[in-house]
Amino acid sequence: MSPQVEAAFARLPEYLAWHVLLSASALGLGLLISLPLAVAASRNRHIRWPVLAGASLIQTIPSLALLALFFPLLLVISAASEDLLGYGFSALGFLPALLALTLYSMLPIVRNGTTGILSVSPAIIQAAEGVGMTPRQRLLQVELPLAAPVIMAGVRTAAVWTIGAATLSTPVGQTSLGNYIFSGLQTENWVLVLFGCGASALLAMVTDQLLGLIEAGAAKRDIRRAAIGAAGILIGIIVALTPLISFGKPASYVVGAKNFSEQYILAEMMAERIEDLGGEARMKEDLGSAIAYRALASGELDVYVDYSGTLWANVLNREDNPGREAVLEELTTELAERDGVLVLGSLGFENAYALAMRQDRATALGIESLDDLARRSGGLTMGGDLEFFARPEWTAINEAYGFDFRARRSYQPTFMFRAVTSGDVDVISAFSSDGRIAADNLVTLADPRQALPPYDAVVLIAPDRVNDARLLAALRPLIGAISVEAMRDANYSVDRDVDKLRPVEAARSLSQTLGLD
Amino acid sequence: MADPRIALERITKTYGGHQALADVSLQIAAGEFVALVGASGSGKTTLLKTINGLIKPDSGEVRIEGESVGDLTPHLLRRRIGYVFQEVGLFPHLTVAENIGITPKLLGWDKARRAVRAAELLDLVALPQEMGGRFPAALSGGQQQRVGVARALAAEPHIVLMDEPFGALDPLTRDSLGDDYRALHERLNLSTVMVTHDMTEALLLADRIVVVADGRLIADGTPQALAASTDPAVAALLAAPRRQAERLRARLGETA
Ligand SMILES: Nc1ncnc2c1ncn2[C@@H]1O[C@H](COP(=O)(O)OP(=O)(O)OP(=O)(O)O)[C@@H](O)[C@H]1O
Ligand SMILES: [Mg+2]
Repeated sequence: MSPQVEAAFARLPEYLAWHVLLSASALGLGLLISLPLAVAASRNRHIRWPVLAGASLIQTIPSLALLALFFPLLLVISAASEDLLGYGFSALGFLPALLALTLYSMLPIVRNGTTGILSVSPAIIQAAEGVGMTPRQRLLQVELPLAAPVIMAGVRTAAVWTIGAATLSTPVGQTSLGNYIFSGLQTENWVLVLFGCGASALLAMVTDQLLGLIEAGAAKRDIRRAAIGAAGILIGIIVALTPLISFGKPASYVVGAKNFSEQYILAEMMAERIEDLGGEARMKEDLGSAIAYRALASGELDVYVDYSGTLWANVLNREDNPGREAVLEELTTELAERDGVLVLGSLGFENAYALAMRQDRATALGIESLDDLARRSGGLTMGGDLEFFARPEWTAINEAYGFDFRARRSYQPTFMFRAVTSGDVDVISAFSSDGRIAADNLVTLADPRQALPPYDAVVLIAPDRVNDARLLAALRPLIGAISVEAMRDANYSVDRDVDKLRPVEAARSLSQTLGLD
Repeated sequence: MADPRIALERITKTYGGHQALADVSLQIAAGEFVALVGASGSGKTTLLKTINGLIKPDSGEVRIEGESVGDLTPHLLRRRIGYVFQEVGLFPHLTVAENIGITPKLLGWDKARRAVRAAELLDLVALPQEMGGRFPAALSGGQQQRVGVARALAAEPHIVLMDEPFGALDPLTRDSLGDDYRALHERLNLSTVMVTHDMTEALLLADRIVVVADGRLIADGTPQALAASTDPAVAALLAAPRRQAERLRARLGETA
């Protein structure tokens, strides 16, 4: 077995356990809500349409968006409950994932449940009344048993959907089999991506088969078969969940990471340093950019690395650019005052947004700066990462230089680099610390009008950890210690196609290079 | 005089402009066996269902043993009245024995007592005991109909309402089952209302025949009284079995 696959297998018990816990809870909760809804919808014509339409509507929301939307919603609810009841709850991780997946599982159960109950023949319904059943007895002893095969078919569909969609809970901070897929996509580790997809597909298939046994048992009134299916599901859940008894205990420190290689490497580095000082550290990876800061401010995360320009624009909503030092200083005071967040300091390198082009293409077109680019933009195509065109940085350079690109396309970062090297797009949004700039023979374009804010990588500490001596001792040595060249090399060692390192290996080698271990 | 077991007073029922029952009054005493006859769509099933409250009349009152049906809890009333459906309506997910034992189960009889009762009733409707464990789908139409009769009788009701209970049976089984039921009716002093399309069956089994036409009762009397009726519609109903009997005699006489 290759070391990559071996490493993937090593994390399987934890990922699988969370995936199973999440899917099973969502499906159980979905069933608990959907069945009464189906019964009500089958009884009352007036609520049937709204219920079915509502469930269908939820289904049209892309599952990733549904998951992401629950975070701000829960944040508001949690804040309200903290005000009213003095008790808040975690808006990140399990809860938003559970709620979104529960909603997602409802449509097939509600729809099949309603159809199943309605398709019981009127003669049977009347016979049930005629022999003296109450409406409740009729439901439990006649309608539900007769609708059971149809309902079980709906549950099967819901189970397959839920298990598949559960992989998308990784970006809201819930560990799942999606961790393989997201970090694999990010580091171009296709083995990891395939491993994650395969594991989740296999889980879905096995669940489907076992539920199929229950369905067939219900249809053929073969209790033994249904019992085998149910026992299989139950045993499967119990076995899958056993690792959580050890993994589930709350770690003392939660280290956050957004969804790209540099973040994984820095998070691994910080986690290892915390553990070296006798702390316990746990990673929450693949957080969305907007989610990470709020998660830290609310104490979901204890520490993560963000970039001064990002915080400046997105958290403080500032559009001006007073210069690198001033931005850093003002951030430190403002975040402390506003949210109690500690800006421990800059790591020593910038990961700024920069527009990059292929060297040969830039030379041929005579483009060295954004001013040159603006003059030529009418004939060029621009590629951005998934959030770039929605970010204030794009607005800022667009206003400063007046671009008029022929077309704009958004990519997952990995594919964005592919697109620029293959010539599908002419210019891309890149990060100055990205190892692929040098490796792919790209050049970054100068920003003479200083439209792009500075992007110093800074370590942020959660409000309730600002006086945590162990944490501060573990992380202080990193401040000012990482040069952009060192970071670029480390990033490239993870992003390159051959001899890829895993983020944890890159972190170790970076520590060694910098003499930090 | 004691209350009649069943009393219908001035019952009307209208379905979107169509009068299914028009001002129907009927009293049935304990021990009476009444046959309801009449053309298809005349309102027989509607009449039968108003008795156990499956259909609520638009006006009029139904009383069971002196109590107004409107004042009784519907499911408690129905557990006291056996009903054989025209469409049979056996529960497909329950075995034959479970189907027979359903009302006793709702009444809280224990398992052993239900099993004994199911076995008795299988005997009564002339089905082998082995069939108790089968599902209704594995029975012929006539066998299903007999289970329907057994289910109606299971909780030992005093009132039995039967909507064409023997329609799908061969003449031999039909005859003997009719006789067996009539004997049971007498032994337990039941009140039975049976809908039938077979005039001969009505004449042979019932104490009293009620003729329904377009939602009205056009005749009500003993078989002998009906035979003497001068009403053309009633005469026409009786003419059919008479004619059949004559033709039968003529034919069998020829071949003999
Ligand atoms: N639910 C209903 N909605 C509308 N009309 C109905 C309904 N039930 C019965 N009817 C009508 O009422 C009339 C009486 O029906 P009913 O079922 O009582 O007839 P029946 O005498 O039992 O006929 P058959 O011998 O064919 O069973 C019929 O014309 C029928 O079409
Ligand atoms: Mg009828």
